[in-house]
Amino acid sequence: MALLQISEPGQTTAPHQHRLAAGIDLGTTNSLVASVRSGTADTLPDNEGRHLLPSVVHYREGGGHRVGADAKARATHDPLNTIISVKRLMGRGLKDVKTLGSILPYEFVSGESAMPLIHTVAGDLSPVQVSADILEELRRRAENTLGGELTGVVITVPAYFDDAQRQATKDAGKLAGLNVLRLLNEPTAAAVAYGLDRGRDGVIAVYDLGGGTFDISILRLNQGVFEVMATAGDSALGGDDMDRLIALWMMEQAGMGDDINHSMQRRLLQQACAAKEKLTMCVDADLSLHLDNGMQWQGKLTRRKMDELIEPLVKKTLAPCRRALRDAGLSTADVKEIVMVGGSTRVPKVRTMVGGFFGRDPLLDIDPDKVVAIGAAIQADILAGNKPEDEMLLLDVIPLSLGIETMGGLSEKIIPRNTTIPVARAQEFTTFKDGQTALALHVVQGERELVDDCRSLARFELRDIPPMTAGAARIRVSYQVDADGLLSVTAQEQISGVQAHIEVKPSYGLTDKEVEIMLRNSLDHAQDDMQARQLREQQVEADRVLEALRAALREDGDKFLSGEERSAIDQAAEKLARLRNGDDHRAIRKAIEKLESVSTVYVDRRMNANIQKAMAGHAVDEFK
Amino acid sequence: MMSSTLTKNHFELFSLPQRYVLERAELDARYRSMQRAVHPDRYASASDQERRISMQQATQINEAYDVLKDSLKRGRYLLELRGHVIEDRQSFHQDSAFLMQQMELRESLAGIREQDDPVQALERLAQTVRSQYRALESELAEVLDGGEDIEQAVTVVLRMQFLKRLQEEVQELEEDLEGELY
Repeated sequence: MALLQISEPGQTTAPHQHRLAAGIDLGTTNSLVASVRSGTADTLPDNEGRHLLPSVVHYREGGGHRVGADAKARATHDPLNTIISVKRLMGRGLKDVKTLGSILPYEFVSGESAMPLIHTVAGDLSPVQVSADILEELRRRAENTLGGELTGVVITVPAYFDDAQRQATKDAGKLAGLNVLRLLNEPTAAAVAYGLDRGRDGVIAVYDLGGGTFDISILRLNQGVFEVMATAGDSALGGDDMDRLIALWMMEQAGMGDDINHSMQRRLLQQACAAKEKLTMCVDADLSLHLDNGMQWQGKLTRRKMDELIEPLVKKTLAPCRRALRDAGLSTADVKEIVMVGGSTRVPKVRTMVGGFFGRDPLLDIDPDKVVAIGAAIQADILAGNKPEDEMLLLDVIPLSLGIETMGGLSEKIIPRNTTIPVARAQEFTTFKDGQTALALHVVQGERELVDDCRSLARFELRDIPPMTAGAARIRVSYQVDADGLLSVTAQEQISGVQAHIEVKPSYGLTDKEVEIMLRNSLDHAQDDMQARQLREQQVEADRVLEALRAALREDGDKFLSGEERSAIDQAAEKLARLRNGDDHRAIRKAIEKLESVSTVYVDRRMNANIQKAMAGHAVDEFK
Repeated sequence: MMSSTLTKNHFELFSLPQRYVLERAELDARYRSMQRAVHPDRYASASDQERRISMQQATQINEAYDVLKDSLKRGRYLLELRGHVIEDRQSFHQDSAFLMQQMELRESLAGIREQDDPVQALERLAQTVRSQYRALESELAEVLDGGEDIEQAVTVVLRMQFLKRLQEEVQELEEDLEGELY
């Protein structure tokens, strides 16, 4: 992580060096990285001028891997070691894997949770690891092009991704050595790219059909504030499924049975995809397959036939559109613009059906492949601190209701879908046995009544509850969903004031410990030892705290602090500044905590003043 | 680590008087201004401490906005502030006229599918429910902002809750009918 410059006391403003930030679209089929340079957001190409990076990783015998077009070329020859569309496996289980024919596309192995590992010659890999390899490639590309280390990135995710899928993405970012500033919803990112481009306020609908996921988001733009009103979708529906439908038709035409091998699976899907793309421009596409019995099959797919095959799939995307409009309390007439995102929206049938549904022509001018990365880059630039005066604000929502399993296998909703984030809710529980010191909660996501019909998120075990008689304890459990859409749970026994220790067992994910181990094992970090990494982390945090504090004190230290409070802060800051240059990371951590505790009241007052300032612009004649 | 904004109630947070009637546009504008000031996006590169407080404050503002912008939630909240807590599933003894009216509406809802044009019939029913709801909103405004008759206010809020549940069922049927059409 880049070290921030710390200004000399006495200077009027802290010099902000431009921080290198990037937006990453980690797509099912293709990934991109973009950055804001000289005021414009653009995708960054590789050495050969290619902007898109196929989301494909090929693992080699004897170690090492390749990412992108080179890896994709290996797909049919070495299908078990060439991982494609890994996004579909993030935060998912075996039951979610879609197949062509009767065999699974890879050799899966059980992991700690229900998210399986993929067996390759490079070992049993978590989908998180494979995604990290893609992200690392993009990081390298960005750092080479921009000429320095990235301060932070914004990684996009489908709006309809649940907590497990989001957490897996964040973990992948961590493994790739990235500072993930924000997980941004893809439709919102697209809206940012379009919205700022057009400068017009109103309601826009973003129809995002990617390789493996579908999202529909309804947003309201109002003077730089992008407010998501509702979002819906299907996180297992995309262009890949169109390919599958075409491939199934080919199998039928060629008289193939269900028992095709891995290589044939890949060849069929590749042909199907190529045909689909060709049919965007032409009215028919030739197909040819080398069958296992040595014969050659030739066929022709017309656009009309393809339209017929994919129509049910496109129709399936319209139901979430209706739901999102309903949840937003709007009709199609209220939508001013429709933005199409994702390569699959190039298919003419999709454009026709969506245009028909909304009753207007969708916007197509920004490249549907690049628009998400560009929006992410714009936000990354702001979040990294390069544009302190920027007024843009993204208010996003949680896409799926969060519930708790209660008696009888029912899901009790605690946070409804489309609630603006960040959001927190609380519940009170008590014990049912004398001396009970632990409590287990099962959190699920989804709209259905039965827990089994929802998505299991994680089991939270609350420990260290002080033993009391049954029913005496008042355990307040807090559910907080942050701006990334990620849930964290805290619990406190109210009578004793004791904080419960929470152990999280994700249903489809990696535990913190597993991520830590993977970090340690990854090649990049093999050189650093744990101590060095921890020291660096504490030093960066110390610098951040000190810089922010110095800038703040210069501005209003006199206004908000008494002499006593001020000297306590100065003292703690001085101590931290000294320890920061040492090599005891624990001491630095302690000093940071000490400084935080004496400056809380100050930070608090300042942030409250921000709110007052914000309200100052509004007529305060309310006590009429 | 408590932020002092946490001690403010929703109206205080928005610097609005504790009245039922409010101007939605003004509420929205204040919401946007406040979130611009405290949202985690403003503090993505700040210290852990500032990020924590930002999260707390943004969450609180979202909570307050969620309550204040909804006429039923706002009504319940005002009653809560005056010491009267209303449960979600609270039952009540109402005048038989209201109950009769509700039963008729429910019967209508149950019979929608038998109608010649179910979608139209449902839309008409939805309109009826909407206008009844609006009438209750006006009544609540009068009672809360004018007379201060808490008992009457509670009655109106309970009626609104009843109607709200009915509205949800209407919406569910709307969704089902739509799904069947396509």
